Amino acid sequence: MNAPTGSAVDADFLRRWLGTATESIEREADHLTELDSPIGDADHGGNMRRGFRAARTAVEQEPPDTPGAVLVAVGRQLISTVGGASGPLYGTLLRRAGKSLGDEPTVTAAQLRDALRAGVDGVAQLGGAVPEDKTMLDALLPAIDALSGALDAGGSLAEVLAAAAQAAEDGAKATIPLRARKGRASYLGDRSIGHQDPGATSSALLIAALAQTAQEAA
Amino acid sequence: MRMLINVPETVVADALRGMSVTYPDLTVDVEHRVVMRKGVPYEGKVALVSGGGSGHEPLHGGFVGRGMLTAACPGEVFTSPVPDQMLRAAAAVDSGAGVLFVVKNYTGDVLNFDMAAELAEDEGVQVAKVLVNDDVAVTDSLYTAGRRGTGATLFVEKIAGAAAEEGAPLDRVAAIAHQVNEMSRTFGVALSAVTTPAKGGPTFDLPDGELELGIGIHGEPGRERRGMMTSGEIADFAVDAVVDDLRPDGPVLLLVNGMGATPLLELYGFAAEVHRVLAQRQVPVARSLVGNYVTSLDMAGASVTICQVDEELLRLWDAPVATPALRWGC
Repeated sequence: MNAPTGSAVDADFLRRWLGTATESIEREADHLTELDSPIGDADHGGNMRRGFRAARTAVEQEPPDTPGAVLVAVGRQLISTVGGASGPLYGTLLRRAGKSLGDEPTVTAAQLRDALRAGVDGVAQLGGAVPEDKTMLDALLPAIDALSGALDAGGSLAEVLAAAAQAAEDGAKATIPLRARKGRASYLGDRSIGHQDPGATSSALLIAALAQTAQEAA
Repeated sequence: MRMLINVPETVVADALRGMSVTYPDLTVDVEHRVVMRKGVPYEGKVALVSGGGSGHEPLHGGFVGRGMLTAACPGEVFTSPVPDQMLRAAAAVDSGAGVLFVVKNYTGDVLNFDMAAELAEDEGVQVAKVLVNDDVAVTDSLYTAGRRGTGATLFVEKIAGAAAEEGAPLDRVAAIAHQVNEMSRTFGVALSAVTTPAKGGPTFDLPDGELELGIGIHGEPGRERRGMMTSGEIADFAVDAVVDDLRPDGPVLLLVNGMGATPLLELYGFAAEVHRVLAQRQVPVARSLVGNYVTSLDMAGASVTICQVDEELLRLWDAPVATPALRWGC
């Protein structure tokens, strides 16, 4: 396996991302469920934890050897184990992103950005959400924009992913004043205002795990 | 909150094991989470597959049997099942005459059933879908995920299931299911919040002396919170909501449904009030059903569902059914 480098993303990088992301979901599961209580049905943390545990096990048992294959494998596991809306949405995000990476053994930060964009397009298509509907897109779209901006400014992999993570976290927080227009929170109308969206929050965790993985490799 | 469980992680599997030992007419695949009729596939007959989050029992597993569902796929509590379950169910029950997916309109259920339908069609199974969306409490469909599927699911599964049992082809069974949904409306009221096993506490705070009007079946708060009302006042509100929306000009089926923690004593009293208001609104009731059928764990409260029926739908409603939760004519 290639040694981790500071500039390129290989299968090993994304396997370590999966480990970090799973730990982060484990740690934050109760918080995600707490966020999902007033405006959802109090299960987001448990569902994500079940999905990421299954994905980590599957990837450990049969380690895919390209970054694209890692993402496709994780996405497939999420679809098969998470349920709810999160399963198909996160599954589609990662499968589309993985397919967009093709079977190259290493990819650049720019390719990773394009893959994320393809994945997010898939999420938008499947879920029908637009920005400010108070969904995971409100964390993912700003993250991609920030990643792009940091790339144009010549940032390293760790720097561009750190920028993406910050934007995702800000985006998740910015869902607090929004009125939900998609998913189960939409039934609450104005009463969804004042709560941070659990899906945007878990999306921000996954992007933060990417940044952490890059930082540890740098 | 005290619950009669082992650990939260196994509540669904534990319940399936219990169904398995209780109902010899069912095949319960605990590992893959599929409840099926024994002896599937039935030659020449369309199969009905439904599913959804657990916590609504007896929906859907309790409606598997002769004259209703062929298979049901229970998800985690309040979480839609995954496509693998529906795919497994569809493959097992399809006789070649096709499969109707009965899907309640929630984002998760719709996405997972859509994925399953695509995969099943890839495997040569003909799939039709009916989306149940009868909840009139959701008024602003443009800015929400649309009306939720609630009590009408029972009517759709019973009536379309009867048509399938008689040997109607897939397009006919699907058309009947659509018709039942189109002609059905529900309004629900919660008198208490719901406790999910995973959270162990109420999912929202409902102070004493208040109720939630226009609730769904997942412990989500409703459209509006008010001071406590009497059974008669709640009946006035709920019946007006469904009648004003459907505007029936013929007889209806009536489901007075408990949300899980409201005793039958109260439900029967509520049913009397609902009949009173329907009579005032000059809506004849052809058949009535009272009980806990489409529940929300330990939520107290009730929902009212009406479905306008013609002679054919009424005949299919009266047709024999033999499931754990609905049984008559056999």
